[in-house]
Amino acid sequence: MKFRGKIVDIACLNHFSRVITTISKLTKTCILRLTPDNLFFVLCGKVANGGVSMWCELSQANFFDEYQMEGMNPEDNEICLEVAPENMSRALKTVQNAKVVKVKLTKKHCPCLTIVAELPTLSSVSRVVTHDIPVDVIPRRLWHEFKEPTVPDFDVSIYLPPLKTMKNVVDRMKNLSNFLVIEANLNGEMNLKIETDLVSVTTHFKDLGNPPWGDGASQGSSSSQSRDPEAMAEARVDIRRLQQFLMGQQVNPSKAMCNIVHEKVVHLILLHDDMSLQYFIPAVV
Amino acid sequence: MDCVVTGGNVKVLAKAVHSLSRIGDDLYVEPQKDGLALRSVNSSRSAYACFLFAPLFFSRYTIPSSYAFRCKMAIKSVQAVFRSLVSLEKTVEKCRIELDDQKNRLTFTLHCKHGLLKTHNLSFQDSESLQAVFDKDSCGNVFRAQPRLLVDTVVHFPPSLEEVTVSVSDDRMWVRNHVEDEAEQSKAMLTELCLAADEFDHFAVQAQNRITFCLKELRSLLVFAESTGLPISMYFDEPGSPVVLSVTDSVLEGNFVLATLSDDPNHCKDNNRRTCTQPPPPPDDFMNDDMDSYLIAMDTSIAPVPSTTGPSTSPLVASTCSKQPAAVSHRSRKRNEEEKGKEGDRTADLNRPPDKKFCSLFFGSVLPPSPQMSTQPITHQNVLASDSEDDTCME
Repeated sequence: MKFRGKIVDIACLNHFSRVITTISKLTKTCILRLTPDNLFFVLCGKVANGGVSMWCELSQANFFDEYQMEGMNPEDNEICLEVAPENMSRALKTVQNAKVVKVKLTKKHCPCLTIVAELPTLSSVSRVVTHDIPVDVIPRRLWHEFKEPTVPDFDVSIYLPPLKTMKNVVDRMKNLSNFLVIEANLNGEMNLKIETDLVSVTTHFKDLGNPPWGDGASQGSSSSQSRDPEAMAEARVDIRRLQQFLMGQQVNPSKAMCNIVHEKVVHLILLHDDMSLQYFIPAVV
Repeated sequence: MDCVVTGGNVKVLAKAVHSLSRIGDDLYVEPQKDGLALRSVNSSRSAYACFLFAPLFFSRYTIPSSYAFRCKMAIKSVQAVFRSLVSLEKTVEKCRIELDDQKNRLTFTLHCKHGLLKTHNLSFQDSESLQAVFDKDSCGNVFRAQPRLLVDTVVHFPPSLEEVTVSVSDDRMWVRNHVEDEAEQSKAMLTELCLAADEFDHFAVQAQNRITFCLKELRSLLVFAESTGLPISMYFDEPGSPVVLSVTDSVLEGNFVLATLSDDPNHCKDNNRRTCTQPPPPPDDFMNDDMDSYLIAMDTSIAPVPSTTGPSTSPLVASTCSKQPAAVSHRSRKRNEEEKGKEGDRTADLNRPPDKKFCSLFFGSVLPPSPQMSTQPITHQNVLASDSEDDTCME
């Protein structure tokens, strides 16, 4: 197993670091899957992390100037690691002005993802910072747990309002309740609601638009076509999970949308040129 | 005592107080002939900091000539005088520090723009002179760097990190985070930074050593050095003996003395043999790598204090470390009892009111080798380590 990547371009480094920071806000540990073309950050819905799951896909060519990897074996040409994204984020944050950043899989006192950065100095020799981030190598037999989630058979799919607006709303609601009801219909309307014994608050969003999912995308499209456009699909979620998702937003997605499976799950999707992030928040009763 | 600070020097003084406030809870003020000394020590006595402002730093500097005045006060109250550095810079034209003999108050008067006067009357306690024993000029490894270099170095380490390890070769310095035990090592991220000699203004290595010390105090000195733009010098020898960080210019000098971890049992042994006649500590794991080895030698000399009667005239050693937890002073007494046996001439000093320099407490090597003590250091450790908690609430 070998992995070595090099980032020279400052903009790429900056973007990479923002993606990792976003992920670090969502989870303490996650799985990093390296394939010849992509990097995936995966969190699968375990009870311990509140049942949320995440799937983030980066195309390596858009971030790395050099990228070499050699997987477990030619058939399974992948590397699967458990890593704390917070460590990666911290390491990358301090080297934002680096001349070059290398990311390597190394064997130190334990398996490590080593981030080496060459920092500019006034002297002839550059300053070198090395961050050794301990990782756990995931054995082949457990890989099946970290496959791409399928788009759920949703009832309603809707574009999200500007995430900053949504964050402001959710931050306020967080002070009043631990749970939030997110509901939307096929008429481009979405409501964020909290209901407690003392107070009910609803924020209404209109004209958001519903993404056109192709026939193949999900069976949901067929069921949603027959659906009454005014009928709301709703899910009650832990407000902290939604807040985490909105808080970490450092990437400006070109598209942000939300699929709701009535009373089951909220599926949030962020699309960017070279990355996509999916986040699943289970509904609670 | 009557000192007047004007212009930009007010901010320098304020920064020094802020910097000291990150070391300990008390500010020791001592107007000396060669300038005003402001000092602080942390509760575990593993870090000591001193700023000496030369008379030329002040636009007026008069000190009581008849007797030596010295006091200590809660550093928080002094910090309150200089609370907002921004407004200080904009509005304060002059700061006067004056001793009010009648009321026993130290008066800080800030002369602000538009004739506004802010007066703080601060109470104080008489105190011993606080002076750490260190000799930076004898250190083999000497470095000097612009504050920017060190600021850019520590930025790579998380704020929660307690200690860093610095190792040097002839032309390089490595700074890495110190991880306590092996179990943590597999979880903790290790960061290492390599600095080339030519990034420093001065780089002289005699012994290729590796020392570990607390990052917090270095950070607090950096705050001062960065704002004043003064280069920082670093002096050290071997693991276990203190590292000295200092800033100097023509009118002020700041020295931060930090204990280092003696990670190598052999070094520890050498140290003990040299600094005092203690036998080497038993080869217990925590003995070699525990907080005790962080402690630096403190010289808590007591000069004759005339009229004022206070705790300082108490014949007990404990008076010198009155701010310390009971456990520690108890231990220092124990240590002195031990010394009685070894060095008979000291016994006399102990039984007499301490009217002169009576002991150099090498807290770092106080661990007696007796077996019944082997359980006790754990409680001491707690006491000593708890210091960092105190400081977090300060910040």
